[in-house]
Amino acid sequence: MDLTFVILVEMLYAVASLVLISAGLAVVFGMMKVINLAHGEFMMMGGYVTITAVGLGVNVFIAMLVIAPIVVGFIGLLVERLVIRHLYGRLVDTMLATWGLSLVFIGLATMIFGNTTTGISTPIPGFTVGNYQINGYNFFIIIVSVVLVIGMYAVLRGTRAGLIARGAMQRADMAAALGYSPDRIYLATFFAGSALAGLAGAVLAPLVGLVPTSGGAYIAKAFITVIAGGPALIAGLVSSATSFGLVSQIFTFAISPVIGEVALLVAAVILLRAMPLGITGRFFRGKL
Amino acid sequence: MALNRRRLLAGGAAALTTAGLLPRVALAADTIKLGAILDKSGPFDAYGKPMDMATQLAVSEINAAGGLLGREVEIVGYDTQSDMALYSQYAQQLTRQDNVDVVHGGILSASREAIRPTMRKTNTLYFYNVLYEGGVCDRNTFINGVTPAQQVEALVPYAMGQSGKKVYILAADYNYGQITARWIEKFVKENGGEVVGVDFFPLDVSDFGSTIAKVQTAAPDLVIAPLVGGAHLSFFRQWAAAGMKDRIALASTTLGVGNEHKVLTPEEGNGIMVAYNYSQELDTPENVAFKEKWAEMFDGDQSMHEIAVSQYHGLHTWAEGVRKADSIERMPVIEALETSISIEGPGGKVTVDPQTHHAVLDVHLMEFQDQAMRVVETLPQREPIDTQAVCDLAANPDDNTQYEIEF
Repeated sequence: MDLTFVILVEMLYAVASLVLISAGLAVVFGMMKVINLAHGEFMMMGGYVTITAVGLGVNVFIAMLVIAPIVVGFIGLLVERLVIRHLYGRLVDTMLATWGLSLVFIGLATMIFGNTTTGISTPIPGFTVGNYQINGYNFFIIIVSVVLVIGMYAVLRGTRAGLIARGAMQRADMAAALGYSPDRIYLATFFAGSALAGLAGAVLAPLVGLVPTSGGAYIAKAFITVIAGGPALIAGLVSSATSFGLVSQIFTFAISPVIGEVALLVAAVILLRAMPLGITGRFFRGKL
Repeated sequence: MALNRRRLLAGGAAALTTAGLLPRVALAADTIKLGAILDKSGPFDAYGKPMDMATQLAVSEINAAGGLLGREVEIVGYDTQSDMALYSQYAQQLTRQDNVDVVHGGILSASREAIRPTMRKTNTLYFYNVLYEGGVCDRNTFINGVTPAQQVEALVPYAMGQSGKKVYILAADYNYGQITARWIEKFVKENGGEVVGVDFFPLDVSDFGSTIAKVQTAAPDLVIAPLVGGAHLSFFRQWAAAGMKDRIALASTTLGVGNEHKVLTPEEGNGIMVAYNYSQELDTPENVAFKEKWAEMFDGDQSMHEIAVSQYHGLHTWAEGVRKADSIERMPVIEALETSISIEGPGGKVTVDPQTHHAVLDVHLMEFQDQAMRVVETLPQREPIDTQAVCDLAANPDDNTQYEIEF
């Protein structure tokens, strides 16, 4: 009984962390069709912003949930103005440019923070379930990602800004004809995507040892999740994160963590072979 | 005299060539070239940077004392950036182009095995100065890091005595972790214990949530973790965050080697059991002097750690060998080192074991306390008996194997 609960929490946590690391990429790639290879570095910067802010005496939750997304969002804003906006519609060029950016960010972080592992401890104590101890922070991550998904849905579905953004992504020329500047909309969307990446990096920072090259560990998983999710932004994100999270955790518990990682990749290959357009290319069509 | 452009260029080029070439040729004949090949950046830089500093410190000391054989020692260093592929490339560069007289370096066992064959093939004397899984038997190679018989054999009974008989092993998934895990199993069984689980992790794994749950289902008394590098540090954080620290005891064969105890908070680190040759807290005159010299050379820095000190020991051992041989040639130096040369370093007395080319040295059982390694017990002058059991270079000088433990 206790074990069932523990495994359940670990599975939910695995799904939640996949949602978290992929959300920013889903916005930037899913909505703007920009392949941001520096996504992992945006996360890394979110982590460093948090650690720096905590070091300056800021409350850790404010640092993670407010300061990191805003700071990384503004870095994203700069990147969009200086680089990305010149490359809209040129898929391969954006890949090359953002890959270069990721190297620049790694270099800058190395210069500022040094190429050594840093970190902060988790702000939430562990607690007991029957005979087991669970990391209390897992629940925090689950809650953050649930709130995040609901928030994204509410903004895209329920607000005028969300409607305009979705419209501009489908037909930029039509949105422009109706008086909305696609340039501004792309800027805002890229800001949102970067802020989400910053948030993810910040929230995950207490769980990992952070180095300037930490971003590389996330980028592959984020891309697999977003691409397997398919065209629908939120339904795709949630459905593919759920599939991969469950598969990897089942194999992790049944066999070993290495097999869990392998199972995730095998599942991705099979899934994309069976559904080349992603999960939402076949199911949940027309959903958000 | 009319000065046209062509004449000016020709004259300038000639002047530059003479000015630039002459002194360099003279210098190259004079210096002894020491190859250093270390990860000074990337995820393993916490190990490599202080090792590089130790190299600079040791070489500056050797040169300040008049060099070797009246010649200055010059470091030819390469940063392998935590990339195993660069090791083979720079090993070729050092041995075939730079023609160095000796190579000190390599950090992960994977990197050592990438360059050791090149050193042997090109007859370049090689020092590997890192704690490792034991068993390398190669007359061209000298190793002065602690081996499992020096470390694990002492750590396992101590940690089991502090906790209990059921042990769970979490190890890095490459040659070091795989072989060390087998050694741990052997010593756990010899001490009447039982290994209830073993898991291996690739070096980039940083999420240990499910592992921590899985460890609890096996309900061990003790977890021993030969985990390596920055990503694996997350395990110790997540272990503390789950509140496991007060429920199951924790020991490691690697944590602290890169000063990880200074990165973890006291709440995360306190009570973790380790065993090494060096701790900054060692209260010996040699260590106090060493820390002062280090701080003086690197603007107050205090990042020296286990394997940086091993590197420092290795360099001074080699220098002793050269002095004794009165030559920089490979075979005379090897033969001089095989006379059981000893040095006194910050980690105590270190003696070359002629039979295995490993080191006889002190090992300290320690516990993390408030970001320091507190010495619990000192085990003086331990022999590398694991490697001695399989390797005898006096009898088989042509041996070139890494022996692995067998059950």
